[in-house]
Amino acid sequence: MTASVPVALAGTALLAQGRNALTPASAALIAFPLSVAGTVLMLPVWYLCRALPVYSTSLPRLLLTHAGGALLTGLTGAYLGGALARLVDSARPGSGIASAYVAQSAGVTAAGGLVYLLAVSFHYVLLGVEATRRAEQQSMELSILAREAELRALRAQVHPHFLFNSLNSISALVSLEPLRAREMCVLLAEFFRQTLALGEKPGVTLEEELAVARTYLAIEGLRLGARLSVEEAVEDAARNCRVPPLLLQPLVENAIRHGIATRPEGGVLRIEARADGARLRIRVENPFDPDAPPRPGAGVGLANVRRRLLAGYGDRAQIDAERGPERFRVAIAMPADVV
Amino acid sequence: MRVLIVDDEAPARALLREMLSAEPEVEIVGEAATGLEAVKAAGQLAPDAVFLDIEMPKLDGFEVLELLDPSVAVVFVTAYDSHALRAFEVHAVDYVLKPYRAERLREALIRARGRVGDRPDASVLARAARPAGQYARRVVVKDGGHIHVIPVERLDYAQAQDDYVALRTEGRTVLKAQTLGALEASLDPSLFVRVHRSFLVRLDRIRTLEPYGKNDHVAILADATRVPVSREGYARLRQLLE
Repeated sequence: MTASVPVALAGTALLAQGRNALTPASAALIAFPLSVAGTVLMLPVWYLCRALPVYSTSLPRLLLTHAGGALLTGLTGAYLGGALARLVDSARPGSGIASAYVAQSAGVTAAGGLVYLLAVSFHYVLLGVEATRRAEQQSMELSILAREAELRALRAQVHPHFLFNSLNSISALVSLEPLRAREMCVLLAEFFRQTLALGEKPGVTLEEELAVARTYLAIEGLRLGARLSVEEAVEDAARNCRVPPLLLQPLVENAIRHGIATRPEGGVLRIEARADGARLRIRVENPFDPDAPPRPGAGVGLANVRRRLLAGYGDRAQIDAERGPERFRVAIAMPADVV
Repeated sequence: MRVLIVDDEAPARALLREMLSAEPEVEIVGEAATGLEAVKAAGQLAPDAVFLDIEMPKLDGFEVLELLDPSVAVVFVTAYDSHALRAFEVHAVDYVLKPYRAERLREALIRARGRVGDRPDASVLARAARPAGQYARRVVVKDGGHIHVIPVERLDYAQAQDDYVALRTEGRTVLKAQTLGALEASLDPSLFVRVHRSFLVRLDRIRTLEPYGKNDHVAILADATRVPVSREGYARLRQLLE
């Protein structure tokens, strides 16, 4: 409605100039009601604009429709203006407003068309803004969905073979060493409970991650026996730092599958973490057999961790994998956010 | 039936031993914890059947199968169902998924008894014993009691010699019971070129090509070996080098 005020002022000025000009007062008398009526009439044009989106409507159709709309609006405005002028004329006979208006009706028609075109552009801008906002929201929802899907996929990727091998070990231990079989059942349940809980959270502490890794390694220890030994060197300051969930798990799993398990004699898996000032530094290190048969799936877990660090921290986090002649080392440096 | 058990995990071996030893006609002749041990043990113990894990240190299950005598029945026992198709291509008699029931192993035993000695020769196996669409990354050879694992990066060239191929690697020659065609089929054709009916050469080992006689050429390798290049071989080389 407020938009009708500047339109009315412009209309008054238009009617009050030229050779057969109306007096400013009578010009305003016609221009104001006409502008209010015009702005109200322009509101439904919104629907027309929405039905004819700029980018997906053919240009001739767009031009033709809106040219028609402008003409219609102009003529309607001029007609209504004439009716108003006659009304004022009959109320104040002899003012000559009606005859003076006739001379201005072409200008009013043009002004009406212009108002229509202004309204159309305004609506299109609004529609554009709305579309942008919707797209932004959609992409945000999509990225959240993608993150959840990735985490689900990650959990799925971690488990099946590990689960089948562990169940096979339980099957073996049941008759030979019942107590260890029972221990393995409990560890397996603990591991699944921990990973399921972690997957629900956006961020966890390093200590929570280490707890999952310890359970996992205890299970692998029952399978691999003396071949696996674990060293953990973690500073207390690092334990409370926030990390993405299941950050450590794929690295530890790789260290076993592509490292310790490729060596008949096994080896030491070392996990280090320290927080020096603003940086959290995590290191997972393991020996491997350089002549081992290649196992499928190499690099998937590492790529996954890299992608999630990048998504969460951008260039504030780094991950480096270093393949020595017989040792593999993954080093992560990221912001030390204490929870 | 003489059975060899191969798995790198002690509990997995114990389970196989427990279930198989309960079968009346089974005699467990040994256990192995790596692929290398498995091939050696099979050579010494001459088992009728091998119960074989796939992911193991040193040699994987498929590489072990390739080096076993074709008369030995192989039953794969693994947690990975993704290798099943490959397993049947290399004529494993059965593919048992962990964990399993005693009845399932009994079934595998019955199949092993019926299919002993029913395996094609090693060259067919070598071709099938790798994931579809992938080329071999290493060549395994059993040479008496010795097992050679040659990564394809270290294979300079191979020469056909009757029913064998002579593999040239790091200054020594290893003989493998395989045809040159079968070896060629298992290797990446962008790395290895059949330059002659009897020669397959690793492309990046070739230093220079010299004309030889009227139509032929000779390739001079990095270690100064001279390898004959036929007219067809020369055309293949030119195509790859362009």
